[in-house]
Amino acid sequence: MTLLAVERMKLLTTRSPWWCALLALVLTIGFSALMAGTSDAADPMNISATQFGYGFGLVVIMVMAALAVTTEYRFSTIRATFLAVPRRPSPLVAKATVVALLAGVVGEAAAFGSWGIAKLIKPTSDLAINSSYDWRAIAGVGLVYAVAAVIAVAVGLMLRHSAGAIAVLMIWTQLAEPLVQLIPKVGDKIHKWLPFNVANKFITGNPDPSARDVLHGPPPSDAVLAPWPAIAAFAAFAVVLFAVAVTVANRRDA
Amino acid sequence: MTTLLATERIKLFTTRSPWWSTLLALGMTIGFAALVALNHSGGPLTVRHSQFGAQFGLMIVTVMAALAITTEYRFATIRATFQAVPHRTAVLLAKTAVVAVLAAVIGEVAAFGSWITARVIDGGPEMNLVTGGDWRAVAGLGLVYAVGAVIAVAVGTLIRQSAGAISVLLIWPLLVENLVQLIPRVGEDIHNWMPFTAVSRFTDSTVPGPIGPWASLAYFAGVAAVLLVAALAVAEKRDA
Amino acid sequence: MIEAVGLTKRYGNTLAVDNLSFSVPTGRVTGFLGPNGAGKSTTMRMILGLDTPTGGSALIDGKRYRDLHQPLRTVGALLDAKWVHPNRSARAHLAWMARSNNLSAGRVDEVLDLVGLTGVANKRAGGFSLGMSQRLGIAAALLGDPQVLLFDEPVNGLDPEGILWIRKFMHRLADEGRTVFVSSHLLSEMALTAQELVVIGRGKLISQSSTEDFVAMATENTVKVRGPQLTALRSELGRAGVTIRDEGDSLIVSGMDCADIGELAARTQTVLHELSPQRGSLEEAFIQLTGDSVEYHTDLVDGATPATLVPAGK
Ligand SMILES: Nc1ncnc2c1ncn2[C@@H]1O[C@H](COP(=O)(O)OP(=O)(O)O)[C@@H](O)[C@H]1O
Ligand SMILES: [Mg+2]
Repeated sequence: MTLLAVERMKLLTTRSPWWCALLALVLTIGFSALMAGTSDAADPMNISATQFGYGFGLVVIMVMAALAVTTEYRFSTIRATFLAVPRRPSPLVAKATVVALLAGVVGEAAAFGSWGIAKLIKPTSDLAINSSYDWRAIAGVGLVYAVAAVIAVAVGLMLRHSAGAIAVLMIWTQLAEPLVQLIPKVGDKIHKWLPFNVANKFITGNPDPSARDVLHGPPPSDAVLAPWPAIAAFAAFAVVLFAVAVTVANRRDA
Repeated sequence: MTTLLATERIKLFTTRSPWWSTLLALGMTIGFAALVALNHSGGPLTVRHSQFGAQFGLMIVTVMAALAITTEYRFATIRATFQAVPHRTAVLLAKTAVVAVLAAVIGEVAAFGSWITARVIDGGPEMNLVTGGDWRAVAGLGLVYAVGAVIAVAVGTLIRQSAGAISVLLIWPLLVENLVQLIPRVGEDIHNWMPFTAVSRFTDSTVPGPIGPWASLAYFAGVAAVLLVAALAVAEKRDA
Repeated sequence: MIEAVGLTKRYGNTLAVDNLSFSVPTGRVTGFLGPNGAGKSTTMRMILGLDTPTGGSALIDGKRYRDLHQPLRTVGALLDAKWVHPNRSARAHLAWMARSNNLSAGRVDEVLDLVGLTGVANKRAGGFSLGMSQRLGIAAALLGDPQVLLFDEPVNGLDPEGILWIRKFMHRLADEGRTVFVSSHLLSEMALTAQELVVIGRGKLISQSSTEDFVAMATENTVKVRGPQLTALRSELGRAGVTIRDEGDSLIVSGMDCADIGELAARTQTVLHELSPQRGSLEEAFIQLTGDSVEYHTDLVDGATPATLVPAGK
């Protein structure tokens, strides 16, 4: 508990998490406002359409999470940390937990904020949250952000440089995963199991066709897992990656 | 100017990031071409197939180009640089030129490397460079990378921080340009005029667009020039 | 008490620390002396569990640093004043450290006051001068009121006022009965601060002794002899087995004092224009000592006479 408090103090006494959180909220909510403002009868607003900006928030949150670790290396405060708490896994787990919690909170705020602003702009459109699909599409965002933050912390811990970590995370999530599909024959099979595509299944998977028109939301994921196993697999992947990162950091000179 | 170019060339190649960027860019583009060629079935393998990994290289090159300037700010070597040559615009132009030339070389090697690799694995008449489109898809990549590097140096000069510059440079083409399409009615028009989307029409003639391939490249270069002028103006005014 | 046993660290091809054994006695100021690149910082990082030794171990009161419970209460360290996030305030930096070892928040204000940073406690640490950063680092080291303190080159780059402040602070800590281990590449600085000295060169131990003994050992005592006709005296001196070297029209003699040389001169009927004792510069002696540590290592450990430490005709 003490270590969680310590990491919270460290995170919130620097500026980048605040900026990133703000940016994530502005981008997601702003995009929802844009969508709502331009929607009409042909392109009506619906629950999943409010979450189009979810990808923006995701990358910004991952940048924030990676920076939470890499700036510690950049300014050598990681050494001060290990001097204060020399058993390294504890402070690292505490850091990942705090960053994930912040990511989760930002995710929920972004998702419900996006939904709220759409409702405000287009009060007549059907934005009632009733099916479990609706709930996952909105409340699930925080969960995905939290797990993604753990992945970003792990990558930051392994690479230790902001530039490298951010480049890897962006290129992986935004370029490598979609481009894999271009490989003939095996591409689609591989793509079905790539972590961020699997995570996306949790948000977009198993739509309720009787209630929503899928075409008016983000394209559904082609992952084969059902939504809840998908988020579990994504989380398991994050935990494994983080465990590897902690092992590396524990062995290495600080 | 030749002295400045030589200075910037020495500075660039005595750090490590251009080397691993080059390796990574070539590895990813050529490796991807090999993967595509090895798994190909159905219709014949075409020139375009061999260039599917081009965007990997472009992104890595922009990261490299941004780092070339942001690391100077990070380690305050920019001050030593401006002290040695107080004419900042000249210094930054020299740096931009050197980085752009390296980017162009990486682009050409990546493109021809990918093309040759795919050809060796599964060469047919469709792999020959026949049309203008074929040539643009392969030989044009160096131009695209060079202009992309200019944009990256400009953004790096404006932002001065590696993390911020790289985030902007990656999120913009990979996410923002795609997401704007989703905006009803106007989305598609905005998307058409996004710089990286525009330039993809230069190398990939299968994508229809509002202007022709060379005009698309010119538009991309125009965006780069505007950003560069803005960056130079800001760098002249700002405290180093 | 800090104890290093066979401490070794290799970075690729560089052997930064080479089978280093020494002990830092309780309740005194021990200087850790060696030229730049000798391996002082590396040794300190290994003592503090930041770098893993390639071989050997370092123990603090019989425990590895990693096994200390709430280590800031046992050991305080200032290795680099810049290990602070530039956008965090001095108070915020100390606050998280205090919290991590369950130290009271009041302690933060106490140490800020102790180092005289109360006025700027809420300012961002990135804007601090080196002297202020150094004070913040010392405040962090003192946070847990530890009995053992490590400082790596604390006066490096400071202005005279800052140097004086640090020096006084070290003495005060020692007067309070704490164990202080402080590194420097300047013998003159250590001669003023430390009671004990651990001297290393190229990662190897050169000597561990009291500062007094080391200074005596490291200082060359020579006599300058000047006169119009020194040939006879020179051969007599040569027969007495002392080291002689020429310096212009004078001889520099080591291994014999003024009185003996004067009597020898009288016996050989030599006219002298000058006969004066020369005290070698401390720093010069130190550079020679550590410059090629391997060569001099055995001499010192065997307790050879100081005169042989500095070869004639350097
Ligand atoms: N992290 C490292 N990686 C590689 N070499 C290092 C590292 N740290 C120190 N060294 C090398 O080890 C030697 C000792 O360095 P250091 O402990 O900093 O010496 P000192 O503090 O006495 O000046 C030097 O040659 C230095 O270059
Ligand atoms: Mg040092």
